[in-house]
Amino acid sequence: MLKAIAQGMGTTLRILFRKKETIAYPYEKKPRSERFRGRHELRRYSNGLEMCIGCELCQVACPAAAITVMPAENDPERPNSPGERYAWKYEVDMLRCIFCGLCEEACPTQALHLTQENELADFTRDSFIYARDRLVNQHTSDFTVPVNVYPEYNGWVPMHDGADGRETGRGPQALREADKA
Amino acid sequence: MSRIVQSGQYQLNVDDLKIAGSGDRMTLSIGPHHPSTHGVLRVILEIEGERIIKATPEVGFLHTGIEKNAEHLTWTQAITVLDRMDYLAPLSNNLGYVLAVEKLLGIEPPPRGRTIRILLTELQRIASHAIWLGTTALDIGSQSVLMYAFHIRELILDLFEEASGARMNPSYFRVGGLAEDVPEGFEEKVRAFLDEMPKRLKEIRTILDKNPIWLDRLKGVGVIDADRALALGVTGPNLRASGVPYDVRKAYPYAGYDEYEFDVPVGENGDSYDRYLVRVLEMMESHRICRQALERLEPGPVNVDDRKIVLPPKEELRHSMEALIHHFKLVSYGFDVPAGEVYQALESPRGEIGFYVVSNGKNKPWRVRVRGPAFYHVFALPAMMEGALLADMVAVIASADPVFGEVDR
Ligand code: SF4
Ligand code: SF4
Repeated sequence: MLKAIAQGMGTTLRILFRKKETIAYPYEKKPRSERFRGRHELRRYSNGLEMCIGCELCQVACPAAAITVMPAENDPERPNSPGERYAWKYEVDMLRCIFCGLCEEACPTQALHLTQENELADFTRDSFIYARDRLVNQHTSDFTVPVNVYPEYNGWVPMHDGADGRETGRGPQALREADKA
Repeated sequence: MSRIVQSGQYQLNVDDLKIAGSGDRMTLSIGPHHPSTHGVLRVILEIEGERIIKATPEVGFLHTGIEKNAEHLTWTQAITVLDRMDYLAPLSNNLGYVLAVEKLLGIEPPPRGRTIRILLTELQRIASHAIWLGTTALDIGSQSVLMYAFHIRELILDLFEEASGARMNPSYFRVGGLAEDVPEGFEEKVRAFLDEMPKRLKEIRTILDKNPIWLDRLKGVGVIDADRALALGVTGPNLRASGVPYDVRKAYPYAGYDEYEFDVPVGENGDSYDRYLVRVLEMMESHRICRQALERLEPGPVNVDDRKIVLPPKEELRHSMEALIHHFKLVSYGFDVPAGEVYQALESPRGEIGFYVVSNGKNKPWRVRVRGPAFYHVFALPAMMEGALLADMVAVIASADPVFGEVDR
């Protein structure tokens, strides 16, 4: 009996001197995988146009009814996205979202992407409704505008961003510089 | 309305306060949030001294209406909620449901898809049993085993995250195959895990197998004999510990299990200790199946070649109008499943989980009824606990391995 206990203790003692498997969490973080399903983001094309075309497929695909999309027509002079439509309003209710990834799968333009960010705790319920200001990525990505899809595409560049159409003066040049910085 | 009783008038009839019953029998309500009840279970115990005379489990505290919810979602969306039923083995839930729907549709995914499914569900079994081992050991007082067992599980969850993007609720299987193929380098990671895991499990066994406390608390405790277990609908490791070699993977092979070689560990005494042994041996059998699955894994498609069921690849959407139309139709409407009903049973880590799916020919399930094995195990607890000591209640509940997401659904 004593021998059995000594054997068990010996094992724990041996493991005690091994490299620790636990990490000091808030100070040290585990890298998340490439496919991790965390907070949503709406990506931009390499020239700064938004990839989202407001097609509402993500809203339809969501089993938790967490997404609200309201599309609007692009101003041909100063489009938000290539084509006719853009998501004038885009909201994700992070309290409803179950991070299943169906919306990402549904997005035909690959605009919607679930990022690795997973620490979403906050203090008020309202703050969990993520709107365009927090969802639209302000940086450009490597995706290029598929010109075969938009034959009339003639190098539109976004002149404004933000849901209210407020001019921010962040044209594609400014964006690219921000990317480099 | 309060009444002040003055000291001179104070009278108390002690007999009025006595609890009904004979002798020193007493009714004790445990839970619904007792730290050791493994979820929100309430047990009403009738005890005499330290002996349990009668135990009545009460369930329903975690009722989430998952079955009903599934009726309002399309066939694909329902996967995400059914995932969350047995939260320690979501991939078994996934597999059962998609197999049932595939039976209705009369399709079968290609070999690579099937092999990955088996590989991941077996990893899931190891993870689930590892949790069971850790928490049971904790209930009995061994904290280090909890940490070691959780580490095994952590390694598996990392693999799930790698493949599907989520650790706990992967929602990875789809009707007709998988959400997407496993990423590059996944097989090496699984191989590394499979090399590591037997060592880890062996360490745990050296701590527990001969430990006198472990043996005293488990041996001969919570006994249920084979007949009683069968009568109560007990399945899985709990039934096999009583000596009945019933395993759905062998009895009614599904998903291609008949092509794999593995044994079914069977106990003889039906006590908590045999349940422990059966589970630990099963982890090694799952390990064996995983190795075989890795050997079979060959490049190829993972999804059925049917655009009416499986989403087209994203790159195609930019070039093919056809693909775009299919994509919109599939995401917004889904697909119709021929009317009919099927029952698909499979061996989840807890036992026979059955999916009874009824379709009325539309894009949403008409009914998804789930036979959760843990539900039956909870109601076998009174039989296991009868005559046991109060202190053993915890060990008995733990050894039956109920998961309340599944019991209450
Ligand atoms: S991850 Fe799932 S639940 Fe969350 S918004 Fe996307 S589809 Fe909805
Ligand atoms: S994110 Fe994608 S699916 Fe959602 S509205 Fe925009 S383009 Fe459509």
